[in-house]
Amino acid sequence: MNPNFLDFEQPIADLDAKIEELRHTSHGQAFNIDDEVNRLREKLKLKTADIFRNLTPWQITQLSRHPARPYTLDYIGVMCEEFHELAGDRMYADDAAIVGGLGRINGRQVVIIGHQKGRDTKTKVRRNFGMPRPEGYRKALRLMKLAERFSLPLLTFIDTPGAYPGVGAEERGQSEAIARNLLEMAELKVPVVCSVVGEGGSGGALAIGVGDRVNMLQYSTYSVISPEGCASILWKSAERARDAAEALGLTAPRLLELGLIDKVIREPLGGAHRNPRAMAVRLKAVLLNQLDELAAMPLPDLLEQRYRRLRGHGAYQE
Amino acid sequence: MNWLQKIMTPRARAQSATGGKGKVPEGVWEKCAGCGAVLYKPELERNLMVCPKCSHHHPIRARARLQALFDEGSTQELWAGLEPTDPLKFRDSKKYRDRIVAMQKSTGEKDSLLAMRGSLKSMPLVACAFEYAFIGGSMGSVGGEKFARAAELACKERAPLVCFAASGGMRMQEGLFSLLQMSKASAALARLRDAGVPYISVLTDPSTGGVSASLGMLGDINIGEPRALIGFAGPRVIEQTVRETLPEGFQRAEFLLEHGVLDMIVDRREMRDKLAELFALLMKLPRAA
Repeated sequence: MNPNFLDFEQPIADLDAKIEELRHTSHGQAFNIDDEVNRLREKLKLKTADIFRNLTPWQITQLSRHPARPYTLDYIGVMCEEFHELAGDRMYADDAAIVGGLGRINGRQVVIIGHQKGRDTKTKVRRNFGMPRPEGYRKALRLMKLAERFSLPLLTFIDTPGAYPGVGAEERGQSEAIARNLLEMAELKVPVVCSVVGEGGSGGALAIGVGDRVNMLQYSTYSVISPEGCASILWKSAERARDAAEALGLTAPRLLELGLIDKVIREPLGGAHRNPRAMAVRLKAVLLNQLDELAAMPLPDLLEQRYRRLRGHGAYQE
Repeated sequence: MNWLQKIMTPRARAQSATGGKGKVPEGVWEKCAGCGAVLYKPELERNLMVCPKCSHHHPIRARARLQALFDEGSTQELWAGLEPTDPLKFRDSKKYRDRIVAMQKSTGEKDSLLAMRGSLKSMPLVACAFEYAFIGGSMGSVGGEKFARAAELACKERAPLVCFAASGGMRMQEGLFSLLQMSKASAALARLRDAGVPYISVLTDPSTGGVSASLGMLGDINIGEPRALIGFAGPRVIEQTVRETLPEGFQRAEFLLEHGVLDMIVDRREMRDKLAELFALLMKLPRAA
């Protein structure tokens, strides 16, 4: 089994392998290889569409964590003509689980902040699996303030299992770091557009997720707690994560329907990892549109609208 | 089943299992969780649930806490009619809807956050307190809405705001609605800050998760109660992650004070005086009697 494919993606993996094999076969001239490859490609497309037509929330959760899924720096690489990473919180350390910096998209100057995961064992550890410590959130805050000082719009990319639950993180005030960002982002005097591109893991996600627009990629998730965490508390067994994923309503279309996010951005057939470039181009187009919209608003209106949005979330009766 | 139960009639057995008829009235005596002393409950309550022998702070009901804070007879409860709904039709081993009804019955509260206004040594004050007995003090839409309204009221009336946290975090059964209460509460506090109205956060046992990581840590002054567990992740989750035993006193108020997260630790019996003094200073008012 190819570890870069999820279990429900196996039929796709098999067809993929077959196509690759054929393409690299030089003999067997008895029949036209090109025709056969095209036939298989068509079959692959249909099969993929078939599998992706009815994904369960649990399958979508797995896709949001797919090992081949594009991460923040992958998007930045495609979207920006220019990007200069800026490091450190000026207080304690540089946290590699959050990256940020100055960039240019279609000629437009922006500040970008995002969670960053690693690809191989070494970088995964260095990036702490995308789980920031307080210094990561404080670095993010420093860059937000930089954006504000120079009137540059802020783009954030969210992709984290959650804030890191460790001894040092607690000692250095993980709660305070998250809380501070929520408060500051609520009043940041520049347009803020947040996009959940993978896992939107609870407070660790929200700490860079307060803004004027919140987008979600089609197969990303956003939740108050991970399905595993929820299952182990409410069902007393992490095995029930499937049920928890169902109950939590953490998928993009569901959250749009509930009015908690603004836009679902469609992913290429088979998910963002099948065509990262196409995904980045599509995301870029949406972001540029939203930046245009927000840039046209006078600042007091922008902040009032943001407050109304944040203030409006909730379901209660009186 | 022991020999005595065996010779009892099924009816007598059932009765003895539920406590029977002639049982001793419950809850008159309480054993101190700190020193083990047997305490007379009405006296413990008069002492704000603090053990008179060892000063151990037992959990206190939100309503009792707020009543003890304000000047007698000055309180008015705010938005008491706010009730949770079940936007996700959430169901685990139990339906969320049923859980709410059961909790409302057992605690007498509509949800986990209480809000009141009144006076503290004659100074107008808005106060919130979490009821831990209501689904672990978890904060959902009702908690977020009440807190935001309290902050807005404090802003409008230029009355200081205090909140007593006692919560395991955000309420899972309301999914992302709950998570977004963190940004809602924080946005309201940002406006309070801009208006120059003081907010004091009192973190009591326990204050973890999203409640700590939003309104809990955003006080102009953050106060802890003695020995209170305060943090982002719960100690069990951390232990599982780092796979080692946590140091003694880890995440307790004293530990947080040492690490610079809290301004001070205040005994519950002195809380009213301390809050009145701090608020009077921040509001540039003369010292209250």
